[in-house]
Amino acid sequence: MELLSGADMIARFLKDEGVEYIYGYPGGAALHIYDALFRQEDVKHILVRHEQAATHMADGYARASGKPGVVLVTSGPGATNAVTGIATAYMDSIPMVVLCGQVMSSLIGEDAFQETDIVGVTRPIVKHSFSIRHPSDIPTVLKKAFYIASSGRPGPVVVDIPKDMTAPTERYEYSYPRKVRLRSYNPAGRGHTGQIRKAVDLLTSAERPVIFAGGGVITGRASEALTDLAHRLNLPVITSLMGIGAFPQNDPRSLGWPGMHGSYESNMAMHESDLVLGVGVRFDDRVTNNVSKFCPHARIIHIDVDPSSISKTVHADVPIVGAADSVLNEMLNQLGQRQPAEPVSLDDWWAKIDGWRDERRGKLYEPAAPGEPLKPQQVVEAVHRITHGDAYVVTDVGQHQMFAAQYYRFNQPNRWISSSGLGTMGYGFPAAMGIKLSYPDEHVVLFTGEGSFQMMMQELSTCKQFGIPVKIVNLNNASLGMVRQWQDLNYKSRHAHSYMESLPDFEKLIEAYGFRAITVHTPEELDAALEETFRSKDELVFLDVHVDPREHVYPMQVPQGAMCDMLLSKTERT
Amino acid sequence: MRHIISMLLENEPGALSRVVGLFSQRNFNIETLNVAPTDDPTLSRLTVTTNGDERVIEQITKHLNRLIDVVKLVDLTEGAHIERELMLVKVKAQGGAREEVKRTADIFRAHIVDVTPSVYTVQITGDAPKLDAFLQAMAPVGVLEVARTGVSGIARGDKVLSL
Repeated sequence: MELLSGADMIARFLKDEGVEYIYGYPGGAALHIYDALFRQEDVKHILVRHEQAATHMADGYARASGKPGVVLVTSGPGATNAVTGIATAYMDSIPMVVLCGQVMSSLIGEDAFQETDIVGVTRPIVKHSFSIRHPSDIPTVLKKAFYIASSGRPGPVVVDIPKDMTAPTERYEYSYPRKVRLRSYNPAGRGHTGQIRKAVDLLTSAERPVIFAGGGVITGRASEALTDLAHRLNLPVITSLMGIGAFPQNDPRSLGWPGMHGSYESNMAMHESDLVLGVGVRFDDRVTNNVSKFCPHARIIHIDVDPSSISKTVHADVPIVGAADSVLNEMLNQLGQRQPAEPVSLDDWWAKIDGWRDERRGKLYEPAAPGEPLKPQQVVEAVHRITHGDAYVVTDVGQHQMFAAQYYRFNQPNRWISSSGLGTMGYGFPAAMGIKLSYPDEHVVLFTGEGSFQMMMQELSTCKQFGIPVKIVNLNNASLGMVRQWQDLNYKSRHAHSYMESLPDFEKLIEAYGFRAITVHTPEELDAALEETFRSKDELVFLDVHVDPREHVYPMQVPQGAMCDMLLSKTERT
Repeated sequence: MRHIISMLLENEPGALSRVVGLFSQRNFNIETLNVAPTDDPTLSRLTVTTNGDERVIEQITKHLNRLIDVVKLVDLTEGAHIERELMLVKVKAQGGAREEVKRTADIFRAHIVDVTPSVYTVQITGDAPKLDAFLQAMAPVGVLEVARTGVSGIARGDKVLSL
């Protein structure tokens, strides 16, 4: 046994847990921990320029790697600045451990300098939180925090660390706890065999089945099992926005993603289906539209590791609580054991789906003519081509996010990185940085807009300090595009504060940090600019693409309608 | 419908606030709340009465179970159970009313636990309707102060809520 101070235990634990990077910002209550980090070389600390960025970096890393991202902030404002990032991770079930400095335990409750009850502030947006009460508890508490954050349905865990817990003068025995047990926390494993049998019965007898797969398939590493099942039964696969990449989009069985701006064929297919196999999804309101009109003909099988997701918004006829991978494999097993009965033919169903596909083929948008302002959709398609569809694609929030989701095609999990649940503008840039640090040999592309980017653009300085060469594609329409779209549709084009009247000169701004920016206005300039942007993986390039501000995202579900009620363009609707 | 949900909770700081916070955060309703340590000092027993249809109650129990600090949980109203609440109530007791209060307390098997020349403090236990009925009976005399513990409950028979 070694004797270590609380601060040294934290640094040492992070190393023993296999943490390579932590993202953070120092301050009074965290200084003992920062000193401990200074005196070691295994865990690398990335100094952000705002704590919110630290949480988004950790979040991006976690989504790409499947491992928890780790954040270190100080008490008070340091911790409250992290709140948006914690809420973002919570809504999308992303594993994250946030270490917060706190004032000395003797001062807690006295409104001490930089004191905030961060456990209280974050209570509704964490999976769990801890306060350290004795330095010797540090290794066990941290192990519990990592275990809770990354198991079951993942989520953020906050650990509040009063400054006296990390005092360098007091030393305690340290050993790395390999395992922890919590009597009140047992994440679901295998699903109920009988329920799975019922699900298989329904699946093999349905005439118009669809798979609806979500982020749970990605965090549960169940893409392979899902793909096997879809192939075995020739099922159409729809993924939620969070589930993009869980099933390869170049597979003819992929119908894309559904919901508010989902593909025509996926919304039509879900609405017309007689069986929805939901896996690791939460049937959120951006998918279902009006719940009372949701999938009127379908029975619902719902597989989820979190029982509270099942029958929360949509009643599940066959609920199955279990880990996605385990349940899907058990379904495959049971299918394998069955007598090969005459399968229900899905030919008619596929014919119908192909009909929907044909209806919209070539009508999704009109690419810009030479000399005209670019369409954001064609920029995304061009980036897809030049990166061969295998970049890590990160987005901010708004129209560009939807265009990126619609026009970049994903064939693997963990490559589509976007704040889907909370819809956090400013998320994208730091998230992309977190990924690029850990995957330096890959292209990491940020699709952003001038609105979102300005929320976190101070992180250019972090990129400069640590050399983080992300590619930034700014779909610049000089307006808050999604807000503007809603104002066009619902407020007679009264553009209340959706117009960015005083944009910076992005080229000068980027150059001030020592990076290169390229500005593009027309289709003729695009390809050469993209060549230049993606020539190397070692240079941060900011591509400022001026796009048509009048463009809307379509399809767009009609509010309070069924899934199949969509605006298809400015002039067409279903 | 009214439900009595009873749970074993880690006796940790902040555990109670997680339970209470969940109710307000998810727009669930708390009618009464009762919490105290058990024979096992690491565990508290918390009992909450709430209202909702089947769907809401299912959501409440699932979300409570999701809290790391909730060790075990039972909806007592699903089976035969005993529920009790304790109430301390101060009533005006002057002149003829003194005798009337005493008589009514006896009928309700309540106890007068403190006496002044003008006030009786009455202790009464029972289910919520009984306590309500007692308050109603005392209304003409004059109820000065009411302290109720909220419902505590336990299942009938051999079933136990333990680790």
